Amino acid sequence: MARIFAYIVHKAGVVDDSAAELAVAAKRIDAAAPVTALVTGFGMDLDAACNSLCASFEEVWKISSEALAYPDAGLVRKALVDILPPGSIVLAPHNTFGMDMSPGLSIKTDSAFVPDVVDIEGCEETRLKLVRQEYGGQVSAHIGCDISSGVVLNIRSGAFKVEECSVANGVVVDHSIDMGDLTGIHRRYIETVEAEMGDVDITKEEVLVSVGRGIQEQENIAIAQELADAMTAAVSCSRPIIDAKWMEKSRQVGTSGQTVKPKVYIACGISGSFQHMGGLKGNPFIVAINKNPKAPIFQAANVGIVADILEFLPALTNRIRRL
Amino acid sequence: MEILVCVKRVPDTSENEIEINAEGNDIKRDDLVYSVNEWDNYAVEEAIQIVDRVGGSVTVVTIGSEEDADTLRREIAMGANKGVLISDEVFDGSDGRGIAAILKAFVEKDAYDLILSGAQAEAGLAQTGGMLAAMLDYPFASLVNSIEILEGNKLRIGREIDGGNKEIHEIDLPCVLSIQTGINEPRYVGIRGIRKAASMDIPTLQASDLGIDMRFVGRSAARVKRTDYFVPATGEGAEMLTGDTEEVVERLVDILKAKGGIK
Repeated sequence: MARIFAYIVHKAGVVDDSAAELAVAAKRIDAAAPVTALVTGFGMDLDAACNSLCASFEEVWKISSEALAYPDAGLVRKALVDILPPGSIVLAPHNTFGMDMSPGLSIKTDSAFVPDVVDIEGCEETRLKLVRQEYGGQVSAHIGCDISSGVVLNIRSGAFKVEECSVANGVVVDHSIDMGDLTGIHRRYIETVEAEMGDVDITKEEVLVSVGRGIQEQENIAIAQELADAMTAAVSCSRPIIDAKWMEKSRQVGTSGQTVKPKVYIACGISGSFQHMGGLKGNPFIVAINKNPKAPIFQAANVGIVADILEFLPALTNRIRRL
Repeated sequence: MEILVCVKRVPDTSENEIEINAEGNDIKRDDLVYSVNEWDNYAVEEAIQIVDRVGGSVTVVTIGSEEDADTLRREIAMGANKGVLISDEVFDGSDGRGIAAILKAFVEKDAYDLILSGAQAEAGLAQTGGMLAAMLDYPFASLVNSIEILEGNKLRIGREIDGGNKEIHEIDLPCVLSIQTGINEPRYVGIRGIRKAASMDIPTLQASDLGIDMRFVGRSAARVKRTDYFVPATGEGAEMLTGDTEEVVERLVDILKAKGGIK
């Protein structure tokens, strides 16, 4: 079995939650194999991240360069291509960084690539059996992957449950010397622009009436607003509403929007993609109303109603007003 | 600027309930409504807007069958200048690397300054653009939600990252960008435009026309293969409220009261 690596996302010396999930996923490939953390960065932040990883990884490869102080996917990829032994198994998070880095990394290391892995069913010799989802989570698929010349796996956030911290007594090994020149890259990171604050802070609301594609037209958002008013709640939304410019970006729930932690979440015409559900924390009570009985949201919800929200929401609003 | 946009025709998930066929090797394809992949539609719109600003032309390309030519005609009706269909039986069963290898061979036949793709399609793989860029040795950025043309053959681009934040980069041309939804507002394609493009001839290229590296292409070369579709054994899922609307509303109101949704 080839060596198994986990690419670690960290910020200001603090390791991201994805690190522990990658460690769990790696053990599903081979429970007996040691897992090596790959950590790029610079200075005190890098050292802090490496030291804390020794508790959960057998070995921690430190890759230090001032050029890697910001984790730019183009530069990180270049560094990893130099450092990874041939045939490596590399796990990375399927987030905005992993989506930027991993497809190209797989080509440059002549490895197979499987993105957005939600389960690992095992590995027989060089054939890895994985599970993915397609069509926005409406169906699942088994994937067979030939890893004889290595593989890069992007792992979906939240798919591998971290039950207890496996205790390792890892050591930090500095591999910076194996890295070649990082100049001459044709993409240069300039800055990060923070999201603008909106009129309503949906992260502080206890009850959210959230609308998705099922609302159909901008004018229909008023139907959700009326329900929210009757419940003294706020209206939030899923990504298609933002793409259509029907609401402000600050109202979006999801990994690319806000992370909310309401007590009650009423998902109206929202299919429930993992990116959307990734923005829902604190185990809220979820009511899902959707006209597609196959919508993935019904797996995550506590209560489900198969209905057209344009008819159901006004009926609900009228009833609540009469209370 | 010469721009290539890689597009794909997909079953429209907002119009269809996707179900698995009896053999478990595909989804049920009868009566599916197809459309251009949503992310690709934003990519084509962005390409057209760039050409409107700085000149040049937009070529759309897809890998598929004769039915996919209509997707290209739709993009031409939208404002693309040219469509090319790449179609060959030997492509069947290709994995992401295979698809990227086919596109690489096509890109190398012409000179493009900018290559766009949608950030992802129906399978949520989000891999074609990044793989193609790596094969071409071009710089790449994914989840791009703004593009500004700078002097000196380069772009200033924004990438969508977590929490609604945006990562800004400068990137040299030629490059590959994968486009995130919401970057623009794709124009409406009227029935007149579609009619006008309906008779348009779409050139079709085969493997032998392209000089593709066949080590990567087709089922036998694929390292990643879907073996079957299945319905996962899930948890209990939601308690479904059924009955007429009045009944369902009454029960939901009781539940919301109990859970603190209604004070």
